[in-house]
Amino acid sequence: MTSFRRWISRLEGPQTMGRGPAFWVGFCVVLVAACAYPLFSDGYTVGNTVYFFNWVFMALGLSLIWGYGGSLSFGQTAFFGLAGYGYGILTINVGDAYGFTLIATLLAIGVAAAFAALLGYFLFFGRISGVFLGIVTLSVTLVFERFMAQTAGPEWRVGSARLNGFNGMSGMPPLTIPWFGESIVLYPDIELYYVTLGLLVIVYLGLRILVNSRFGNVLVAIRENPERAEMLGYDVRKYQLGAFVIGSSLAGLSGVLYTTWGQYITPSSMGITAAALPVIWVAVGGRSDLTATLAGTLIVLAGFQALTIYGSQYALVVMGLLLVLTVLVAPQGVVVLVGRALGRLFGRGAR
Amino acid sequence: MEILGAVFAAVYQFGDAFAFLVLSACGLAVIFGMMGVINLAHGEFIMCGAYVTVMTNRLGVPLPVAILAGALVAGAVGVLVERLVIRHLYSRPLDTIVATWGISLIATQGTLIVLGSTMPGVGTPFGSFEFAGLSYSYYRIVLMLSAVAVLAILYLFFTRTRFGVLARATIQVPSMAEALGVDTRFIYAMTFGLGAALAGLTGGLYAPTMTMVPTMGTTFIMEAFVTVVVGGADVFLGTAPAAAVLAVVKATLTSWYGQLFGQIGLLIAVIIVIRVLPRGISGFILRERA
Repeated sequence: MTSFRRWISRLEGPQTMGRGPAFWVGFCVVLVAACAYPLFSDGYTVGNTVYFFNWVFMALGLSLIWGYGGSLSFGQTAFFGLAGYGYGILTINVGDAYGFTLIATLLAIGVAAAFAALLGYFLFFGRISGVFLGIVTLSVTLVFERFMAQTAGPEWRVGSARLNGFNGMSGMPPLTIPWFGESIVLYPDIELYYVTLGLLVIVYLGLRILVNSRFGNVLVAIRENPERAEMLGYDVRKYQLGAFVIGSSLAGLSGVLYTTWGQYITPSSMGITAAALPVIWVAVGGRSDLTATLAGTLIVLAGFQALTIYGSQYALVVMGLLLVLTVLVAPQGVVVLVGRALGRLFGRGAR
Repeated sequence: MEILGAVFAAVYQFGDAFAFLVLSACGLAVIFGMMGVINLAHGEFIMCGAYVTVMTNRLGVPLPVAILAGALVAGAVGVLVERLVIRHLYSRPLDTIVATWGISLIATQGTLIVLGSTMPGVGTPFGSFEFAGLSYSYYRIVLMLSAVAVLAILYLFFTRTRFGVLARATIQVPSMAEALGVDTRFIYAMTFGLGAALAGLTGGLYAPTMTMVPTMGTTFIMEAFVTVVVGGADVFLGTAPAAAVLAVVKATLTSWYGQLFGQIGLLIAVIIVIRVLPRGISGFILRERA
């Protein structure tokens, strides 16, 4: 019981913005609004909102690695794609009976995590840091994209799953929950919305507990000054690797959810443009805070989609501009700035 | 004769890979080595040089002059970018990589909007020659010689000219250089411009061999990144030997399994090198000397 209470108390702490009754009342209001939202909306819009939610997991993972851990990982889309393709290959071969899609989800995330552990071992235990980490992870993504893009021929198949080159893989079953009598198939509609929302709340709260725990505190200490953290007796490499694997698993979760959402995955979802987008969401929102990342990601995604109506080319120019301006003017992130201002306004609200 | 042919083919492929790696990386390496800034818009400076080269060449300007024009325009854009963005971020080197990524997105998409998804290129000049039954392109030989020439000129530039000496002084101890009257801001701007101009030169040199698309820069960046990571922070002790080592990997795998496996091989080589020599080849050489 006491350990449970300690876990709960770590929902707020020095590493997260927002504490006290005011914040949690606000949190509950937002949550209730999010739960009630499908009642006032149509299936298409709800499905579209699920699409936004899908990306947030990757953004939260990047926030953990980059914002909290200080390691520039610009190749999160590699894990996204790996898990997405993994899910596709597994479910096309085995099918969706007996809840296998859920097992495939876990296996696909496991593959992404294992790859992250392998890559992270070489990177962090080689003690490369800073810009090199960014460009090596980005290079991995680029090469993975090129590899998948050239798998158009019929010889590129795993079992009965054709990889299909640049056009990508399609036709995998959506997530299916086995239920008494009839399975629940989660098409991009209200059921999937609640499942994704539930996952999002769990991941968000779980990460809050994680970053306010000993692990998170050490991670932030490493970000602030790796030498000092090492002198204090912490194995910097293990903490960085841990954050990298957790963050990459979340990118994998995003990949699986994206793949099941549209029932397709293409190599271009890993390319340099796709890899830039999570960096933009996280940087604009505020990389060193989970709540800011969450809010920033949803806002930027919604803005991006609104702009896409006028042409996706222009939307990308705006995104680039947004990134440059954020780095120059508000390096801590726009949402963080707003959050701090709110905190000052309400006295003891935010940090 | 057959053995000679095989040897020539191997040397040619090595030289081609070496030239590609050196030319891809030199601009990035100058900026990184001198300023500690990784310029993620490197590919877009290459694209800029290639586009300017092709456009001026199609106006009737001879190709070598057009290539120089491409390098100059890319260099000028580089100085502009340094003034507008990079200058404000010297105290936060990790943020420059993010900012230049934004610039890269703007440049690629901007080119796509303004100039369309593709542009007619120029043909590869000089034709080809035959050796031991296989056909080789003369232009590739020109590229190899250019790579060697670029390294030689850079070496002379940084060791024998006044600007080169001031630049190296600025890099070593910026505050001391400033105290001795060196305009360090000017040096940084010029160094960034030089790196951008080298990228533009690479774009111009490779323009006749490539399809003109706004995303053509991404063809180079993977190789450029890899060479700079393996090389470390020194252009001469790092980039050149790294390119030589990686060219062997790339040329061998490319001729056996195709281009993609050449790239995968490069990537694996890099990840292993990082584990063994975290500060790259130049870090290794400098530590041995020290």
